[in-house]
Amino acid sequence: MKLTVNGKIESFEKESLTIEELLKLKKVKMPEMVTVELNGTILEREKFKTTYVKDNDSIEFIYYMGGGSPII
Amino acid sequence: MRLTNEQIERYSRQIILKEVGGKGQEKLLNSKVLVIGAGGLGSPALLYLASAGVGTIGIVDGDKVDITNLQRQIIHFTEDVNKEKIYSAKEKIAKINPHVRVITYNTKVNASNIREIVREFDFIIDGTDNFPAKFLINDACFFEKKPFSHGGILRFQGQTFTYLPENACYRCIFDSPPPKGVVPTCSEAGIIGVMAGLLGVIQASEAIKYILSAGQLLTNKLLFVDLLNIEFRTINFKKNKNCPLCGENPKIKDLIDYETEICDLKN
Ligand SMILES: [Zn+2]
Repeated sequence: MKLTVNGKIESFEKESLTIEELLKLKKVKMPEMVTVELNGTILEREKFKTTYVKDNDSIEFIYYMGGGSPII
Repeated sequence: MRLTNEQIERYSRQIILKEVGGKGQEKLLNSKVLVIGAGGLGSPALLYLASAGVGTIGIVDGDKVDITNLQRQIIHFTEDVNKEKIYSAKEKIAKINPHVRVITYNTKVNASNIREIVREFDFIIDGTDNFPAKFLINDACFFEKKPFSHGGILRFQGQTFTYLPENACYRCIFDSPPPKGVVPTCSEAGIIGVMAGLLGVIQASEAIKYILSAGQLLTNKLLFVDLLNIEFRTINFKKNKNCPLCGENPKIKDLIDYETEICDLKN
């Protein structure tokens, strides 16, 4: 199947994967720190195990980013 | 308010833009923008807001200029090391545009002072470097119904979005700050100065467009920038019904002071 991951189209051998499996496959470090958006909707963390991606789905991994000036 | 001849000349290159004009310039001169953090993001934002003629600029920062800041915090010069950042920034603004009224807050933002501060302004720029502050600004602007620009940077990457009341907020993406020490800070992981510069300029641009009601804002959109691979990408996102702040069953009813060292290990 083909998935759009972070804006890039990628091919996968499997025809379906859970979000959790996809995070492993993409070697995402600290998956517990990543927000996942599936087809434009932010996915609840509890659903990573049970949500499957399919052909033509679009997935975004969004990471925390700090930076700037120490103000607190 | 009528523009003086000096003002017409000073701002002529933007007054000729159809999105600005004399009316828009007057809007800018009458506007009040708050920049929280006079650091890597705040420096370029402050310089451009002042040059553009934003009439009142607020600066919140409780820190002094350190030599390690100079690589990216371009409003501060070598001679300013050890000076309070708010005074260093205020001096530069006065040199660029002496007509700007600058309100300084020599403090850190916390749950007990932030709402009063943001209430005084039309638009807020988050130029902070740590998650407790970012969540605090998001929540304070939500409760005060104030628009703000979020900015986060790390190494060669950055992300930014613009919050408008009734639209998606920071907690719609990240429900709470990361645990202490998990996500590296710029002081640990590094930051290239131009990344801070680019993002701070985008944040100033959002503030200016908001005041002018011009063009499109980064609302319900997260702009992701990777300067190393020169990649710019916009990720659409929506108001999240599970958001603990603005969702259908909000859990957060008041401001929270998260533990300050959550990700600010070495500052
Ligand atoms: Zn929200």
